[in-house]
Amino acid sequence: MSLASSERSAPFLLTGPALMVFLGLVIVPLGMTVLLSFYDWGQYKGIVPEFTLKNWIEVFTDSYFFEIFLRTFRIALLVTLATMLIGVPEAYILNRMSPAWRSGFLLVVIGPLLVSVVARTLGWALLLGSTGIVNQALIGMGLIAQPLPFMFTETGVVIALVHVLMPFMILAVWASLQRLDPQIENAALSLGAGTLTIWRRVILPQIVPGILSGAIIVFSLAASAFASPAIIGGRRLKVAATLAYDEFLNTLNWPLGAAVASLLLIALVLITVGSNRLIERRYAQVFE
Amino acid sequence: MSHLVLDGLTKRFGSFTAVEAMDLSVERGEFVSLLGPSGCGKTTTLQMIAGFVPVDSGTIRLDGSDLGPVAPNRRGLGIVFQSYALFPHMTVAENIAFGLEMRDVPRAERDARTRAAMELVGLKGFADRYPRRMSGGQQQRVALARALVIRPALLLLDEPLSNLDAKLREEMQGELRQIQRSVGTTTILVTHDQHEAMALSDRIVLMNQGRIEQIGAPDAVYDRPASAFVASFLGKTNVLRGTADGRGAVAIGDLVLALAGAGSGPVQLAVRPERLVLAEQGLGARITSRVFQGTHWLLGAESAAGPVMLMRANDGLPVPKEGEAVHLRFAPADAALLPGGVSA
Repeated sequence: MSLASSERSAPFLLTGPALMVFLGLVIVPLGMTVLLSFYDWGQYKGIVPEFTLKNWIEVFTDSYFFEIFLRTFRIALLVTLATMLIGVPEAYILNRMSPAWRSGFLLVVIGPLLVSVVARTLGWALLLGSTGIVNQALIGMGLIAQPLPFMFTETGVVIALVHVLMPFMILAVWASLQRLDPQIENAALSLGAGTLTIWRRVILPQIVPGILSGAIIVFSLAASAFASPAIIGGRRLKVAATLAYDEFLNTLNWPLGAAVASLLLIALVLITVGSNRLIERRYAQVFE
Repeated sequence: MSHLVLDGLTKRFGSFTAVEAMDLSVERGEFVSLLGPSGCGKTTTLQMIAGFVPVDSGTIRLDGSDLGPVAPNRRGLGIVFQSYALFPHMTVAENIAFGLEMRDVPRAERDARTRAAMELVGLKGFADRYPRRMSGGQQQRVALARALVIRPALLLLDEPLSNLDAKLREEMQGELRQIQRSVGTTTILVTHDQHEAMALSDRIVLMNQGRIEQIGAPDAVYDRPASAFVASFLGKTNVLRGTADGRGAVAIGDLVLALAGAGSGPVQLAVRPERLVLAEQGLGARITSRVFQGTHWLLGAESAAGPVMLMRANDGLPVPKEGEAVHLRFAPADAALLPGGVSA
């Protein structure tokens, strides 16, 4: 092989392994899932490789599916808002800490990611149960008479998801805070701005990109989360991911499950890309 | 009464004393530079005046009233930061108008003052630009306009020109001086650049290790340095060893000068390279290096009183070559007697 041709093929050779993994493990199965969603299925005949739109029509017309998708995105939206509300100030405080304290607290922030999802969610189940610590404490303080229902409710699912997805928001916002000019707050201060004004007019607009990327990650992960809704939401409070799981493994209606999974993917892509476009246009000057 | 008075201003960080018992009076409309090497306390002083760093002891008085209890956002000082610290998500006009907005200046007046400020710094027509789309020099002008538009009692400049290239820096120096003159705002400049301090200031405050070494007009400080530190920090200088005879005469090699106050015994004299001249007789020396710098030659020489540097104007006359033996002379008025006698 001549030098020129080896130089030209080098990028392909170098990216080859990763490309093969991506193609083989992501693109091909994804394509097969989408294909599967157009197959026929019957209680007695099983999966029949015949082209049909019946799964998609069912998903789009049955209010049962509509309700589950609505719940999925409601939970995802609430989780995203909660992580923003808690994560943005937390990232700001983290950024102002001295390096020694910061590394300690960073570990606390990343903590949830270091614990297995099942162990963590079961922990939440212990805390949130009707005789769990949270309810006992609230009753003990005389704030409530009856235990609040957390388990098998959307509230419980949202709390557990906020906990585990918080690091993604904090790290994303922290990264954008680090790009801020360290003197910018003093500049605003010298021009007569108070703390709240500095936050609203100077800091917040500049960290929008960080908040946005955090929100996109949190929203996608919350909408496609499986373990937390499965354990805390239980069998009845279904979301899109647990619905697809049930169709695949309980009903054995793979094509319908595939349609649900594909729809979740398409909806997620549309929502995240759409909101990304919208916010990037609105805050064009800080996205550079 | 002076406009701004620093009285015994002190700041410590742990066991490190950043600024120690600093006294300074600045008159209205004056342009004063705090000059010194990094870590000399000049920036800390500025930050204490701005209110970003709390004062340990001492007071800062502006027009007679104590600034200590006043929050930084109520001091009404204009500050230009080294990094400019412009708001990247706001246009030039929005950046400049920010301080006026905070003061609830009515819309019409705000617009008029913003426009006037942009004109003052030569940014007419840039109103809707974003800072990121501007050059360093232009950003610098926005920062200056933003600080001046609020009509501050005091303009604080923190190394404002250090991020510009040499040519632009020189241009901006001239412009900064001219703008300050026309507006008449009392200005304090923090810089480590002696040329900048000398070009801009009415007075220079030379600082070292948290203390003031010397205060004076640029030419006065340059010509009559009060210490070896000032002499070596401000411009190039030759330190010549000599011997005083106790009767007002000092011998430096073969050169004998009448110098009042020299005492007797070994002395050190600071002489600027541009004041050392080649002569028929005087201090014997041998040229060791010769560098052409356009307007002049910079000659290095080994003399009986130590190594020296001298400037020789590029006047068309022959210049001594390396290795050539020469004689050097200077006027007694051009030599500054350094205190502390001879250091080893």
